[in-house]
Amino acid sequence: MWEDNFSQSPKELMETDLLIIGGGTAGCLAAVEAKEKNPDLKVVIMEKAHIDRSGCLAAGMNAINAYLNPGETPESFVKYVRYDACGLIREDLVKSIAEELNPVVQKVEKWGLPIKKDANGQYLPRGRWNIKINGESLKPIIAEAAREKGALILNRVTATNYLLDGNRVVGACGFGIRDGRFYIIKAKATIIATGGAAGLYRPNNPGSAHHKMWYSPFNTGAGYAMGIRSGAEMTSLEMRFIALRTKDIISPTGTLALGFGAPQVNAQGEKFMTTRYGGEGAPTPIRVYGPTKENKEGRGPCYMDTRHLAPEQVKELKASYLDMYPDIVLYWGANEIDPSKDPIEIQGTEPYIMGGHCQAGYWINVDRSTTLPGLYAAGDVAGGAPYKFVSGCWAEGVMAARSAVEYVKAVEQVSADLEEQIAEEWQRIYAPLQRFRQIGEGVNPREMEERLQKIMDEYAGGLTTYYEMNDEKLLAAQKKLAKLSQQVQYLIAEDYHELMEAHEVIDRIEVAEALVHHLLYRKETRWPGYQTRLDYPERDDQNWLKFVNSRKNPLTGQIEIIERPYEQLVPGDRYSPRG
Amino acid sequence: MSVITHNDKCTGCGKCVEICPGDLLVLNQEKNKSMIRHPEDCWDCMACVKICPYGALETKLPYQLASYKASLKPQVYPDRIVWQLTDLAGNKEEFIIKTLEI
Repeated sequence: MWEDNFSQSPKELMETDLLIIGGGTAGCLAAVEAKEKNPDLKVVIMEKAHIDRSGCLAAGMNAINAYLNPGETPESFVKYVRYDACGLIREDLVKSIAEELNPVVQKVEKWGLPIKKDANGQYLPRGRWNIKINGESLKPIIAEAAREKGALILNRVTATNYLLDGNRVVGACGFGIRDGRFYIIKAKATIIATGGAAGLYRPNNPGSAHHKMWYSPFNTGAGYAMGIRSGAEMTSLEMRFIALRTKDIISPTGTLALGFGAPQVNAQGEKFMTTRYGGEGAPTPIRVYGPTKENKEGRGPCYMDTRHLAPEQVKELKASYLDMYPDIVLYWGANEIDPSKDPIEIQGTEPYIMGGHCQAGYWINVDRSTTLPGLYAAGDVAGGAPYKFVSGCWAEGVMAARSAVEYVKAVEQVSADLEEQIAEEWQRIYAPLQRFRQIGEGVNPREMEERLQKIMDEYAGGLTTYYEMNDEKLLAAQKKLAKLSQQVQYLIAEDYHELMEAHEVIDRIEVAEALVHHLLYRKETRWPGYQTRLDYPERDDQNWLKFVNSRKNPLTGQIEIIERPYEQLVPGDRYSPRG
Repeated sequence: MSVITHNDKCTGCGKCVEICPGDLLVLNQEKNKSMIRHPEDCWDCMACVKICPYGALETKLPYQLASYKASLKPQVYPDRIVWQLTDLAGNKEEFIIKTLEI
């Protein structure tokens, strides 16, 4: 398929009304909403994997973790999320999500999602914001809905850059990861929904288990990188997400804590969250900061104590995991772990960048428009609104689609000459293949990924430094990353799969550079664990109750920091779960 | 290890190749059997195992994490999955879990 020369290279040129990049949690709901608002609208989904099992939901989910159970309101949700994010969120965004949560969950239920109910037909709660589901097939269910509504799905096509008319996004370029075909998709409006970024840092497990991680290893920050390269404003990258997970197999722990009432204990059996860190109900970052500190100070290993469970509860626990993360059931079987006798060892993950649990991503308005006209963002790639999880990403997909549909009404298909831009992007995409064919040697994507992860781990607060960092180390990271990004020209790819890997590592380096700028700029510790500054160990509301945003100036290539104010819309104590 | 193919059961239909989120499964051209090109890149999401109509694929956790011999096998029906777990000692457990409200 691939040729050495742009004019002879096979190309797929398409025009659409709405382009959705990423057919995952947010993207599928966006597609359905757009087609429901206007069945005549041409909607194209560009999907790197296969839409039936792509993104975060490939293995399923056993709970919806953002839902307003009886007695809760959008305001009470905002208060809780604000508390959980240590007092700093975009309250307008979080509130707008809260208002959509319940309708969107009920909508997906109608498509066939089994939601567990009590004898009166009420959803079974699992905490204030959670309901239990049988969500193994969550992803195929929402993919089928998008397909049924008539969205055109391009599986195995990865996006690499936006098409720009000035600063207006008018579609995107990409390539087929199996056939190498070059895609040019012109669109009146574009929704970016590519998820967050894993693989920036050295992961928990080495070598043969390096992808045994919690977040999807195939979410490699493409959407962030495209935005950064196009001069979009990004927010809060420094609020990294470090998840508290079961050791080795890196399974979620919410199932153990919320579903089965397991407290955290250290090697002495002490319930350290209660004695030292404000209790089991402490904000999510503190719940990973606690066991990390216990380990650092010699009180590890740490566990979630499941030894109160009866045999039938253990069976129920395993069944819950089979709906979401089946490997832990195999892991327990293979290692003869019985949760009713053995407490479950826990650890923090490598840091991920994402807007669904934390708030790293595009700086958006309530209508989900980004700072680039024609571009909307939803899900993990959108910033400012943590605690979205699955249902919040759905809600955001719906909101982005509504706005994009309105925008499409008011604009024409781009008529500007994009030829030069397209030719440049072709060159950039295929450079690693070209280098392999013409020169035959260079740096393969895996080598570059290893070096990136080593830098980030050792200098930008990775696992081996207990996530801690200071100015000097971050400056060292910045220097090393700048050198690394100069090496991108030496990447080689032998085939299209490796070409995909090459662009994944290019994107990760782009995100890592922006991330380090953010980490350097915030001179306080706002989120212990996620962002532990040894040189600025305290929270400082006086000076830092604000958002750290960034924009890579497309003319100079420099990352510029922009401060944006925090606005409290829902009154109350920002550090209390009920405000 | 990540996913292994039981060659006696694999027909080379390619459903697993189509679904793998990591673009990791390919058909071995000589044998026409599915194989994983980079076992270390597998996420263990089991999408391939579940979609295989012949039960030809099996998830094996990386050995650094889990001892050899246990198995977890899903049998997929339109509205449920029946999971069979066999632990290291050979004890068996079965789980029947709904996947779709029909």
